[in-house]
Amino acid sequence: MSTDMDWLPPPDSGWEARLGEARALDWPAAKPAFEAVSKFNLDLLQTIKLDRAVSRSRQAAASDDGGPITKLAILGSSTMAHLLPGIRIGALRRGLIVDCFEGHYGMYMQELSDPGSALHGFQPHVILLNLDARHIVQQESVSVDQAVARIGRSWSEAKANFNCAIIQQTLLPIFMPAIGNNDHRLASSPSHLVEQINTALRPAADAAGVHLLAIDAFMRWHGGIDYWYDSSLWNHAKQEVNPRASHLYGEQVGRLLGAIRGLAAKCLVLDLDNTLWGGVIGDDGLEGIALGQGAATGESFVEFQRYAKSLLKQGIILAVCSKNDEANALQPFREHPDMVLKVEDIACFVANWTNKAENLRSIATSLNIGLDALVFADDNPVERGLIRRELPMVAVPELPEDPAYYAQCIARGGYFEALSITAEDQERGALYAANAERDKLRDSVTDMDSYLAALNTELIWQPFDKLGLSRIVQLANKTNQFNLTTTRYVDRDIERAIADPDALTLQLRAKDIYGDNGVISLIVGRRSGADLFVETWLMSCRVLGRQVEQATLNLLVERAREIGARQIVGEYRPTAKNGMVRDHYAKLGFEPLVGEFGAAGVTRWVLNIDDFQPTPTAITTLKGPHARSAADLHSAQRDFSGPVR
Amino acid sequence: MPDQQQIYTALNEIFRDLFDDESIVVTAETTADDIEDWDSLAHINLITIIESRFKIKFKTSEIESMHNVGHLADAIARKTAGA
Repeated sequence: MSTDMDWLPPPDSGWEARLGEARALDWPAAKPAFEAVSKFNLDLLQTIKLDRAVSRSRQAAASDDGGPITKLAILGSSTMAHLLPGIRIGALRRGLIVDCFEGHYGMYMQELSDPGSALHGFQPHVILLNLDARHIVQQESVSVDQAVARIGRSWSEAKANFNCAIIQQTLLPIFMPAIGNNDHRLASSPSHLVEQINTALRPAADAAGVHLLAIDAFMRWHGGIDYWYDSSLWNHAKQEVNPRASHLYGEQVGRLLGAIRGLAAKCLVLDLDNTLWGGVIGDDGLEGIALGQGAATGESFVEFQRYAKSLLKQGIILAVCSKNDEANALQPFREHPDMVLKVEDIACFVANWTNKAENLRSIATSLNIGLDALVFADDNPVERGLIRRELPMVAVPELPEDPAYYAQCIARGGYFEALSITAEDQERGALYAANAERDKLRDSVTDMDSYLAALNTELIWQPFDKLGLSRIVQLANKTNQFNLTTTRYVDRDIERAIADPDALTLQLRAKDIYGDNGVISLIVGRRSGADLFVETWLMSCRVLGRQVEQATLNLLVERAREIGARQIVGEYRPTAKNGMVRDHYAKLGFEPLVGEFGAAGVTRWVLNIDDFQPTPTAITTLKGPHARSAADLHSAQRDFSGPVR
Repeated sequence: MPDQQQIYTALNEIFRDLFDDESIVVTAETTADDIEDWDSLAHINLITIIESRFKIKFKTSEIESMHNVGHLADAIARKTAGA
């Protein structure tokens, strides 16, 4: 049923019992238990029940230490209260705890602009503008431009007064066509007007740095307008979204909040037999498996492979995890004419007889990503059950029995929600293929030094700039492991840092003989007197073990000197994921500072610039504009006054 | 078609889930005054949940005239009759 969240497993007979167990725990220990209970195909009643149980657990707690809280303000022109449980549970599915603020309806402009309003007191991290279609369209002869300008004014007001992300809901197409099929010929047709406004909102939102909640698009895939809108409920309660769709609405808001927090999945792990092709390669052989050849079942698998390939082009990493002999597993990739996916599309290929939980662990390790960044697609319910039990952080879509619907199931699950697609994303497939080449090189040379020298790595740096904005925000929000402070940024923070004379910002791109890794590291420093305080230092794990940190420090010291700093102060703020950089500053020769620095476990470190001796590395450091091509690189080298060593 | 007993059993279960209160026992006379969280928002949720559970649809005028659980149960019985 398309009105269900059918990519999630149905709540079985044990669901109530698990909810009871979660209830029995004290907050915050209860949080992961509630999160596990949320990851089922829940209906409205179950969603409300779970939401109540979570609120009670939090209220009863002495202190709310279930991690960071996302403060979401929902502002609009009709009833919104019925949407809140679905939103909170949609966010909980991504491990996020959301506190909601509900605006008085119709008052959003005043609330945004009045510094004394309760909304200002709430200090939202995210503002969701939930404007109903009637509010925008049903005025005397409003034009598309006027309507978009009117919505745009609320964005300007929000941006002027709040330092937060803004989400705009597109208009729900609730109006019937006035004259019929050719409704566009009637200038005043509300149905056509809504469609045009929705079209115009897209570029307008992009230009304003506003994210869309594309309710007009996703409702089609989740039951259609009849399911989402009920004129009786509008008349009763001014509810534009039918409560029965509120958990779907909330799931979509949860995806956006997750993407804003950098929680979207990064890798699709594929089983092979009966997932990428029909049948069992080890038994049926190359000629016996169902793949393509004009037969309906075979075509379903081709379609699914095409879908996986399209994800790859958006920057999603593909991996294989199959119970097979490796030679058998590879054979279709190499020899079957209808295979869409090729060996080089797969960043990590695991075919063996080890249990899949263990294999998924090693896939995550070898790709340097967290287990919670994996989506595991397997036709076998037993394997899915095993992974859900052993590795609850891995997303496991409930693939339907018919392969014709595999792609839909994963797409509807929204695991890979992205706020932007950067050039780096589109090249990621090539990046991982290049990584495999690097690994081969490492295996072929005898020692680390000659490997690093042979890679011929160039580190190309420049201060933050507008051009790099989307990649900077993306990297800052999705890097969890090599991230000293895990400070998250929205576009405007970066724009401020660009303009701040006391900010020292660096975006670093790494290139080597196998290709361009793109921007892989960011630093934000703030100068205060003779100190440069490093607010953010993060790096993509793709370039771990390549001396990039050392080369970056050499560069940072150089730049700090130029702006007159005498010492660099670094901070480490522990999270569940950044244990790998606990000793980052110690390894680079910083001295620990004694004291308490806010939260438990936070440490600070200092490096005296005057005494600093650069660490020799095999990396050449260059100042560059956005060096992408060889020609760019040449001009970068011309600008460059000499290696930092 | 469900009998009165089955309707009240199902309603009782829905009320307990919706208001997260295992002590609720609804009778025909139970009104919104008897259940703390039964406000207008909860009422619409209740209607929506009942509609999907019994696969029925209430008319706008029916929703307006439901002031206690008895009215609800009667409307359900009427609409499921012959089903």
